[in-house]
Amino acid sequence: MFVRGLKRKCFDGEEDIEGSLAGIKAIPSYNLQRQSLLDMSLVKLQLCHMLVEPNLCRSVLIANTVRQIQEEMTQDGTWQMINTQSTGQASLDRLVSTDILCRSSREQAEGKHVSGYSTFNKDFESDQAQDSSETMSTASSVQASRNLQSNAWEMENPQENKGNFQKSLDQIFETLENKSPNSVEDLFSEVDSSYYDFDTMLTGMMSNTKMGHCDGLETFSSPTTTASNSNCKSDLNELDHIVEILVES
Amino acid sequence: SLAGFGNLMQDVLWCFSQVKGTIDIGVTEADIISTVEFNHTGELLATGDKGGRVVIFQREQESKHQPHRRGEYNVYSTFQSHEPEFDYLKSLEIEEKINKIRWLPQQNAAYFLLSTNDKTVKLWKVSERDKRPEGYNLKDEDGRLRDPSMITMLRVPVLRPMDLMVEATPRRVFANAHTYHINSISVNSDYETYMSADDLRINLWNFEITNQSFNIVDIKPANMEELTEVITAAEFHPHHCNTFVYSSSKGTIRLCDMRTAALCDRHAKFFEEPEDPSNRSFFSEIISSISDVKFSHSGRYIMTRDYLTVKVWDLNMENRPIETYQVHDYLRSKLCSLYENDCIFDKFECVWNGSDSVIMTGSYNNFFRMFDRNTKRDVTLEASRENSKPRAILKPRKVCVGGKRRKDEISVDSLDFSKKILHTAWHPSENIIAVAATNNLYIFQDKVN
Repeated sequence: MFVRGLKRKCFDGEEDIEGSLAGIKAIPSYNLQRQSLLDMSLVKLQLCHMLVEPNLCRSVLIANTVRQIQEEMTQDGTWQMINTQSTGQASLDRLVSTDILCRSSREQAEGKHVSGYSTFNKDFESDQAQDSSETMSTASSVQASRNLQSNAWEMENPQENKGNFQKSLDQIFETLENKSPNSVEDLFSEVDSSYYDFDTMLTGMMSNTKMGHCDGLETFSSPTTTASNSNCKSDLNELDHIVEILVES
Repeated sequence: SLAGFGNLMQDVLWCFSQVKGTIDIGVTEADIISTVEFNHTGELLATGDKGGRVVIFQREQESKHQPHRRGEYNVYSTFQSHEPEFDYLKSLEIEEKINKIRWLPQQNAAYFLLSTNDKTVKLWKVSERDKRPEGYNLKDEDGRLRDPSMITMLRVPVLRPMDLMVEATPRRVFANAHTYHINSISVNSDYETYMSADDLRINLWNFEITNQSFNIVDIKPANMEELTEVITAAEFHPHHCNTFVYSSSKGTIRLCDMRTAALCDRHAKFFEEPEDPSNRSFFSEIISSISDVKFSHSGRYIMTRDYLTVKVWDLNMENRPIETYQVHDYLRSKLCSLYENDCIFDKFECVWNGSDSVIMTGSYNNFFRMFDRNTKRDVTLEASRENSKPRAILKPRKVCVGGKRRKDEISVDSLDFSKKILHTAWHPSENIIAVAATNNLYIFQDKVN
């Protein structure tokens, strides 16, 4: 049915997506679909950076879809659930997760994102089969989808810690959570305004070289406070220092 | 009247006429046709492609000796309209793909058309040369200069016939006026001005002035983070030179009057259909995004194309369209997959026939659809090499939605989504249509009895 080479397996049961929260058994399926749509949309927005100059209409439509999903998730409390998963973790973990993101972004700069995307789809399919059990609660279904995402990343960077990537996603959601109801703007918020503002991201305008998708990822992942950034850097330096000592001995 | 099954006398039977383009299995991306347009008389048919080229076909005079062969279209002129460029400031390539071609009405022996890529509009003059001057005094026939001291007598150069040569020359280049990608150009009925529209702005140009344009619509928000809607298409009214419409990604159409203000930020009319709550999904907005808007020839109606439907609106009724036609509603349950593979963002165009009684638009699997507004009948036809015998009558196609598939039907899951008919054109007065299928241009005509 689809363009050759592109695997497609997506929830086409419109009835499921459109239904209200009819019952406990229906909820995991709907939430999982919605989550996968959100994930897919975020990936699409990141991929925008690869193009000659991204199609602004397409980017705006995808961004609006992300907003819709986030609004609905906020309304039915699913957003809160994701947040409770991440709170209670040590602040150090948070910093480490930022570090992982920075590192993986740099490594992604070589341009393996396309394969990453299809890997994502492939893993998604296999996990989808696993997750069809109806006894799952909402919380664990969200967990499962994040497991799946970390699997996808693992295939690219085997040395990455699975748990760390989950925390990276927490980072993204936390940023969105902290700023609700307008948290989606943080997706496009300015870290360094001359480089990362919404216009920049959507029109692919960057200061120097052609970007890879990692730039979008950096935009998503950047904490809203600069203090976290500097903490990240100092932790990085510390880690480097420690590693240096260990290696030398 | 409309292509049917040959039962009713009034029905039009569509026949294959010609196909242009190669049959190669591997399609060169540059050859993909990106726009098709007849001129105002239908004598010329222009195509633009992804490689920045324009090919113009001219209709042959009908021959008395072969009355069954209605005038065929043959290549008249080919030229490179746009070249790839590099925007050094943004470190981005500017594609040479021709987004739109619009003809100017003919006012003398030459033909004029506008062609545009994402950033630059160009006015091209296409003219014939069938005579050449001979007998210069200061240079000989090869063009070499003569020694003036050797010239003993003067003569007057004369024009002598030569083989017909068609030359295309760029007469105007309208550049540096669009930050975003140009999606539409439209010639005004005053024939002195035209507009170009990008995602966020519409500019008005005078044909004679290239270093200046007036900005007539600007929907760019002060803070780009607030951007939720873009302009998708725009067109001038066919008769009223002060009136134009533009469509948006949220499924709305605004009609503006340039007499009311210099910046047409306030619309004179706002066309929007209320949303059907039972059909609401995460994809509702995307499929409501309008990909094309066209005035009827009469100027009384506008037609819009969104992902699944074509709608006809009466200019006097803003709250809903007067007609809605389903193009391929069987895709409604596949929207998630179509979102995943990006097909949901395909921009289909739509066209009126000369009398505004039939409308046509494309679909997937090289299918295209026609809707007769009077009889309410519709037909699905296919542009394919298999149906390409001369004067072969096109057989109506049918997509099987569920249950048992009949012999000639095709199931939804067998549709080829890489074969999309985005661009079609209808001759201004006759039943001749041009259908662009990737790198091939099909020309169909109604059956001559």
